[in-house]
Amino acid sequence: MSVSFARAMLPGIVAATASLHPSRAPRHAALVRVTHWITAACFLALLVTGLEIVISHPRFYWGETGNSGTPVLFKIPIPSSRNTVPSGYNYVLPDQNGWSRYLHFEAAWAVVLTGLLYGLWGLWTGHFRGNLFPARGDRTPGAFLRVIANHLRFKRPDASEALSYNALQRVSYLVVVFVLFPLVIVTGLALSPGFNAAFPFVVNSLGGRQSARTLHFFVSISLTLFLLIHVAMIFLAGFWTRMRAMITGNVTLREERR
Amino acid sequence: MSKISRRKFITGGLVATAGVAGVAAAGSVAKRYGLIPPDCGGIYGPGETLTYAAQRLLTRHANAREFSRSMISKVPFANELAPPNDNFKRLQAGGFADWRLTLDGMVSQPTSFSVSDLKALPRRSQITEVVCEEGWSYVAEWIGTPLFEVLNAVGFLPQARYVAYFSIEPDWWESIDMADALHPQTLITYAMNDADLPVPFGGPLRLRVPRQLGYKSVKFITRMTVTDSMKKFGKGLGSASPEAGYAWYGGI
Repeated sequence: MSVSFARAMLPGIVAATASLHPSRAPRHAALVRVTHWITAACFLALLVTGLEIVISHPRFYWGETGNSGTPVLFKIPIPSSRNTVPSGYNYVLPDQNGWSRYLHFEAAWAVVLTGLLYGLWGLWTGHFRGNLFPARGDRTPGAFLRVIANHLRFKRPDASEALSYNALQRVSYLVVVFVLFPLVIVTGLALSPGFNAAFPFVVNSLGGRQSARTLHFFVSISLTLFLLIHVAMIFLAGFWTRMRAMITGNVTLREERR
Repeated sequence: MSKISRRKFITGGLVATAGVAGVAAAGSVAKRYGLIPPDCGGIYGPGETLTYAAQRLLTRHANAREFSRSMISKVPFANELAPPNDNFKRLQAGGFADWRLTLDGMVSQPTSFSVSDLKALPRRSQITEVVCEEGWSYVAEWIGTPLFEVLNAVGFLPQARYVAYFSIEPDWWESIDMADALHPQTLITYAMNDADLPVPFGGPLRLRVPRQLGYKSVKFITRMTVTDSMKKFGKGLGSASPEAGYAWYGGI
């Protein structure tokens, strides 16, 4: 229904914007674009530095404690940057933890403050309700199945999808914004001895410090999977149109119809 | 330039000016309340300052979690150590009877303590977790003299802001602010799990700072200096850690 609604609105939007600039329609608000790219840069920094930190102890545990002398929940079969870790390799990678930790927390601050700004703006302007919460007609299993079927057939998205998100996109973005990002922040904070002193219930409710670390790892993996699919979808849907929309804020409709 | 974009331009300018003024004002307030860490410079300085300031505002009096006896790790993990120097080996051969911990700097009575002198002071035991920046951890019972008892015994001066502490091993030193130095859980540790502190875990004396990462808990301490500024120590970044690329504040 939202698709047909958007399709019905399309000529109107084109007509409304025609006086400003022919065949262009506004797509993303400036605040969405700025916070999107800051978040993207921060996430890449967090991912690279997080990987560097994991390399110093690529073993994972469940519960409060765990170390090279205790059984693992699982371990990543990679060499380590510490020779105290029984990695199975007879060489040690260079230690990159110093700057990795500095940058990890600086990027975390930047992404948390950016996320707060985005979240408050989104609530204030109705961005979440209007653009991310699935439209009324799209909230049925049938509507989701249709979108999934279109994806599986690699069907090129309808022109209206350049102006509005489909139901699957909306749910994915909501999960990223309201589930995965809050979880990765909370599980990360539960690794801070200072934070845990002040707010012990957070780490305790996650099942202990090592559980929090393992969860932080899995939530980060989930966010990375989202990033990979997100980028792949942008290539499939039309890389330059989508990039231009997220950089300039406008979508060129003629190009979209091509 | 259209009217709308001019309005946006002026609004943007005002917001930017207010932002810069706000950061400058926050900076001077933070400095006055001791919320700026010694390693606040460089590209990672802003993040480090935010972390330290936020934790000092929210966690100043918080206690590290203490655990029940049943949570004590069966396999505590002693991190790798360089071979001890000759000075250490000589003191170890004498059963550490001649080991001294010297307190100096901004104190009214600079004093040297033997391990048994420290044992005569009020004792505290706590079951806390050692948390390494690499990711591993263990829980142990730590027994020792709270640092604040020793600081009170030597009479630290009111302008004191940091306590720097040094290992018998060269280039191994750290410092903490007075919030951590006077914290009841900051312990000059001489015993662990009901026995003398084993050498691999820092015996005879290790400063345990359970609200910070393991690297702040320096092993084999022989000297502590009370000071109002870390500028005179090493490269002026607060401790040996920032000189090796690691953050001075280990609360995260």
